[in-house]
Amino acid sequence: MLLEVSDLHVEFRTRDGVAHAVNGVSYAVDAGQTLAVLGESGSGKSVTAQAIMGILDMPPGRITGGRVLFRGRDLLTLKEEERRRIRGAGLAMIFQDALSALNPVMTVGDQLGEMFVVHRGASRRAARARAVELMERVRIPAAAQRVRDYPHQFSGGMRQRIMIAMALALEPDLIIADEPTTALDVTVQAQVMDLLAELRREYDMGLILITHDLGVVADVADKIAVMYAGRIVEQAPVHELYRRPAHPYTRGLLESIPRLDHKGRELYAIKGLPPSLTRIPPGCAFHPRCPMAREVCRTDVPPLYEVSPTRGSACHFWRECLDGHAVDGPDRARA
Amino acid sequence: MPDQQPFEQPGEPRGPVAGTGTGGAMDLAASEAAGLAPDPGGPAPGGPAGRPRSLWSDAWHDLRRNPVFLLSALVICFLILIALWPSLIAPGNPLQCDLARAQDGPRPGHPFGYDGQGCDVYTRTVHGARASVTVGVCATLGVAVLGSVLGGLAGFFGGAWDAVLSRITDIFFAIPVVLGGLVLLSVITSSTVWPVVGFIVLLGWPQISRIARGAVITAKQHDYVQAARALGASNTRILLRHIAPNAVAPVIVVATIALGTYIALEATLSFLGVGLKPPSVSWGIEISAASPYVRNAPHALLWPAGALAVTVLAFIMLGDAVRDALDPKLR
Repeated sequence: MLLEVSDLHVEFRTRDGVAHAVNGVSYAVDAGQTLAVLGESGSGKSVTAQAIMGILDMPPGRITGGRVLFRGRDLLTLKEEERRRIRGAGLAMIFQDALSALNPVMTVGDQLGEMFVVHRGASRRAARARAVELMERVRIPAAAQRVRDYPHQFSGGMRQRIMIAMALALEPDLIIADEPTTALDVTVQAQVMDLLAELRREYDMGLILITHDLGVVADVADKIAVMYAGRIVEQAPVHELYRRPAHPYTRGLLESIPRLDHKGRELYAIKGLPPSLTRIPPGCAFHPRCPMAREVCRTDVPPLYEVSPTRGSACHFWRECLDGHAVDGPDRARA
Repeated sequence: MPDQQPFEQPGEPRGPVAGTGTGGAMDLAASEAAGLAPDPGGPAPGGPAGRPRSLWSDAWHDLRRNPVFLLSALVICFLILIALWPSLIAPGNPLQCDLARAQDGPRPGHPFGYDGQGCDVYTRTVHGARASVTVGVCATLGVAVLGSVLGGLAGFFGGAWDAVLSRITDIFFAIPVVLGGLVLLSVITSSTVWPVVGFIVLLGWPQISRIARGAVITAKQHDYVQAARALGASNTRILLRHIAPNAVAPVIVVATIALGTYIALEATLSFLGVGLKPPSVSWGIEISAASPYVRNAPHALLWPAGALAVTVLAFIMLGDAVRDALDPKLR
């Protein structure tokens, strides 16, 4: 296994008490595999990624438990200097908003080249040449000229391509993409997503795709982990999850996608709001919003039940959920 | 160790570069790039001709067209010139005075008239620039270096060092500058500029330190710092390459403006008799000496005071122009 996160706990000390952002997350990604991590804002998906990368702000953040095995080594116990060498070369990250994730006072060429200077001790000239190469790889027209431009001189889609190029620079084994297309126009989203998927295949990397967009996931992911209130509530191969969700939260998400054949009908929405991370409800965190909630949900935290060898669901009543009115195939997500 | 191998790979790409799946878009981009390749240094098509390359050359590009900058830079260059070689335009000896001519008005060869001691106001005003510029430049350099290093490190690393430094700067802010100068400088008998420079650095660094700290904290929170860290940059590299260039602009602006106020502060301290002391020549001493006779001989006060005002204004205007030029978002 390329990356194996097990029982990760992260909390933040805030003025209002301790916010439990990640509460025992476990997932794994193999080389060549794409794992989509799905969840609302505040579900802990980005915090998990930051903990894996080792860029969590500590304090106020604190990793209170768990392991992050990357090629068999626990990243959380490595020395900072060793971790730094893995970042960029073994593990890389693509950020949501490329405009703010690129340094405004450095040319894109200098920023791309920095990867080679930091990790490979390349000369400025060699780094510049590699930067142009990378920009061509992500299909930025006239790369040789544009390498001297500043980030604000590029369009949003082009900037995100540069972010992708930066992540790809040292051909890492695993890329974490944190909502890579959220800040882009819909048409550009598809192009960037296609490029990312294609490059992932080309380099045979592992990819963790963090998103709240079910439509993006259906095309590119192999498996999905759905997060809610810092826990994984369902984990499944992508097509099985779309066909038959085994958790009422997943089902709610799927049903709230607009569909052409439901034209004129009111769009489904999960009632209520996600819980505050300082006051996560006891029992199943989703029970106050769950249409299937019963007494046991208020008191007992559901473990991740094994639905099949490749699937898990953290619902006491996953069988009923699975057998409930089945949701149609994955194409409904793209309607 | 075998599992370290993946992190130190050789430079060759792992997969096929021009894969079959890349399609027409890549070919298009590649041919476009190839077509333009013969002139890699030339201007980009459609872009402004001769596009500048760095923040600083961009800023310089902007500054050259800014009349405020040109005017203030002209004044400052002139000041520096006469500070270095005052006899270029005032060949007389500033210490040669003739009491018989005390408080006399202008006459040929003595365009600013005479002061209360019968000294030539023109010569003394020109020669006074050296003290003012020396104090201003040296104090600003000292304040900027000390303040930005201490404040920058506090902002970057935070924690206990930051807390201690913040309290120390609070203590310094509580010291009234003029009162502090009266107390500290009155015990020093040296008549050179260095005690004044030292005093200004001592009291001035907390201001820059606070600004540098704030600028570093702001820059540190940007995604690109996290991105640089995620891509494996070290603390030193992040601080020097990513944070410093983004945090240095407010420090430069405040330091430039402060330079003007330090010159004014030198004049204030000299006026009060604790800064430079005669026989040194400085605008503050001139203003101080001329103030009792301001009704009879206003010219003896107005010329050095005017020189002081123009100098301070020039540095403040320069600071403004530099601030505008260093903000890439205003471009």
